[in-house]
Amino acid sequence: MSRHVVAAARDIPPGGRKLVTVRGRPIAVFNLGGAYYGLLNRCPHQGGSLCEGVLTGLLQAPRPGEYVYSRKGEILRCPWHGWEFDIRTGQSYCDPERIRTRAYPVEVAAGQTVVEGPYVAETIAVTVEEDYVVVDV
Amino acid sequence: MNVQIRDIQAADPAAGSRMAIADGDIHPARKSDRELFPWLAKRWQDELAGIGQRYRQPYQSGPAYPKSQPNAARRDAVPPGGGKPGCDLPFMQRQHLDPNNVALGILNPLGAGQGLQNPDFCAAMCAAVNEWQIAHWTSQDSRLKGSIVVSYEDAPAAVAEIRKWAGNPNFVQVMMLSRTGEPMGNRRYWPIYEAAAEAGLPLGVHAFGYGGHPITSGGYPTYYIEEMTGHAQCCQSGLTSLVIEGVFARTPALKLVMIEAGFAWAPSLAWRLDKTWKTLKQETPHLTRAPSEYIRDHVWWTTQPMEEPEPREHLLDTIGWIGWDRLIFATDYPHWDFDDPATALPLRISKEQRQGFFLDNAKRVYGVA
Ligand code: FES
Repeated sequence: MSRHVVAAARDIPPGGRKLVTVRGRPIAVFNLGGAYYGLLNRCPHQGGSLCEGVLTGLLQAPRPGEYVYSRKGEILRCPWHGWEFDIRTGQSYCDPERIRTRAYPVEVAAGQTVVEGPYVAETIAVTVEEDYVVVDV
Repeated sequence: MNVQIRDIQAADPAAGSRMAIADGDIHPARKSDRELFPWLAKRWQDELAGIGQRYRQPYQSGPAYPKSQPNAARRDAVPPGGGKPGCDLPFMQRQHLDPNNVALGILNPLGAGQGLQNPDFCAAMCAAVNEWQIAHWTSQDSRLKGSIVVSYEDAPAAVAEIRKWAGNPNFVQVMMLSRTGEPMGNRRYWPIYEAAAEAGLPLGVHAFGYGGHPITSGGYPTYYIEEMTGHAQCCQSGLTSLVIEGVFARTPALKLVMIEAGFAWAPSLAWRLDKTWKTLKQETPHLTRAPSEYIRDHVWWTTQPMEEPEPREHLLDTIGWIGWDRLIFATDYPHWDFDDPATALPLRISKEQRQGFFLDNAKRVYGVA
């Protein structure tokens, strides 16, 4: 695993998302109210680009006619056929035991630390004043 | 609200090495209804702009069931300049035709006036949409071929529209929707089938439409998933009617392409028909061959949305029963239940099977070199 600087933190504000490529892998990075999450940008079903999906909640029904809506904003719906994924883990809701998309740890690091390393920042110019989004791949 | 920060994805470098495919089901959309005005009389321009299309169905304010995604489309298919998914040819080329190496794309326009309750408006809309397909699509990209949309509840008008375009290389099929007012084999539709055969064009029947009947034979279901599944039921009764009323027996040159109806049900329908036909032969003496033989000889099937059995190998048996020469790959672009040619058939098949499934079967049935 190596740590890759993919964006300045202010480039992915809360509610924002960005598609980045790290070591050849397309990764969709999301900012949910200040916490960052990364998912491989290929839906395990037919390869839809998850970065284009809508963030929604988890809708469950303990029995017909009773609805429970939870985890608002934490469930990603594939833009093609609508399979749902837990943004924190990449686990699917249609078949959680078997189907998931790969999740990558994402965090924010201060420019000072990033400058000192050991981080890979191929495409981002780094300064000590900024905070950066870092993906572990 | 999600803040969207999108990087423009570069063109797919693998595209050039991908095999050329046919796409049997592409849905072009209009940027606005005004695109049709050059071919619509003022009376119908006013009707379209002021009242809109009023179909033969309940739930007049929109589709009868919620379509999973807005405009029933892939979320990533909204053109960058705005407008409905499917309305922007350069974007369609960039997102679909080029990267997926589509060599032949069949246009099946929806919202094309088919199923309108007013027969004159229906015929006027169909005529305008046919002109529009040439002006906006087939003349702009030679990979794309149109479908002659016809007002099938009014057979004389439909026949006139088919004759008008017969022989025009921009069109490769006559298109109907599956939810007709009467079962499809009914005699009121026969002139349409004769005209299609006479023009040497397959009849494409696209699942969906506005016959005024519930999608299931048991009444109006509650959920969209039941409508999605109901398309297969509806197409089964349509095909049964075509076979049993003797349409193929009396119009031997007719080719039928079932579009977006599923295909895995075809073998069991044929088995059931054959069994019953043997016991009830006196009722339908006009059928000189077993129903399955008419189906085998006259029907082609577009693949999307492809059944996904577990294990997926079951599909090999199913396609074998139908015939590898009868399947036409389709994506349904830009709709939400799109099948991606790279991932939709994750099975080991022979080179010939692949070539037929993805390209040659379509070329043959549509007579495209
Ligand atoms: S590609 Fe994501 S649900 Fe099908």
